[in-house]
Amino acid sequence: MSGHTVEEIRRETRVYLMVFVALAVLTIVTVGVSYLHLNTTAAIVLALVIASVKGFLVAGYFMHLLSEKKLIFIVLALTAFFFLVLLWGPWQESYDIPSGQ
Amino acid sequence: MEIPYTVEARSDTGLYNGKLGIWLFLASEVMLFGALFSSLILIRTGAVSWPRASEILNVPLATLNTFVLIGSSVTVIMAWASLRLGELKKAKIYLLVTLLCGFGFMIIKAIEYSTKFSHHLYPSTSNFFAIYYTMTGLHGLHVIGGMVMFAYLLGPGSKMYNTERERYINRVEITGLYWHFVDLVWIFLFPTLYLL
Repeated sequence: MSGHTVEEIRRETRVYLMVFVALAVLTIVTVGVSYLHLNTTAAIVLALVIASVKGFLVAGYFMHLLSEKKLIFIVLALTAFFFLVLLWGPWQESYDIPSGQ
Repeated sequence: MEIPYTVEARSDTGLYNGKLGIWLFLASEVMLFGALFSSLILIRTGAVSWPRASEILNVPLATLNTFVLIGSSVTVIMAWASLRLGELKKAKIYLLVTLLCGFGFMIIKAIEYSTKFSHHLYPSTSNFFAIYYTMTGLHGLHVIGGMVMFAYLLGPGSKMYNTERERYINRVEITGLYWHFVDLVWIFLFPTLYLL
């Protein structure tokens, strides 16, 4: 958590409102892009990029990760690693089938 | 016995215990939803055909719900900021708006579900609807969980503001962290389920 003085907290609240506006605009962009009927790959990449930017804004500012302690980042790094294992694991299981079975 | 480190940070972690606790809990939540996102990718890539979600789901209602949820994320953090400024009354209004946003989200979700049911679209209808109901249902349960917490912080829990002010502010902060996570999950659920 950064800032304890009244002025610093008021400045933080202005940032929160700006983040809200950015999230609202990005939501409109996400929906707008879906009406362009892009090919599947482009649509998925674009939607995930926009969602990731929104995710960064929420985690970075609302969850104040940008000014958080080191231990939380260690927890999150471990989480990210196991999340990737979760995404990758089933693929290995499904497609690594020996021939003839 | 007094619970230690509810307000002051531990010297080894640099955090008060509740903060570390909620992040560990959120890490487990990432695993829970991560497993479902992984399932969604696997089911979808393995499917012979996959419906165009935007044609069978109600995108305008889901978009409205996205606005409701990001709006509630702002109100909960404004509640926390107001408490740090010593403005309990203002904080309570923000908490109440957050709670109402939660209600609004669930009402919109109920309208969506009932429309689907009236068209005989159930979890057993297809893999798409199975994963749709599972993921949005689990997310909805998380919204209800958050609403229970906000109701508590607004009602009986708020007495703590007069007795242990910092501890109460920390409770609002960590409930807010949970609520932002619920918002974060929806940010990814919305495009993957409704738009792609």
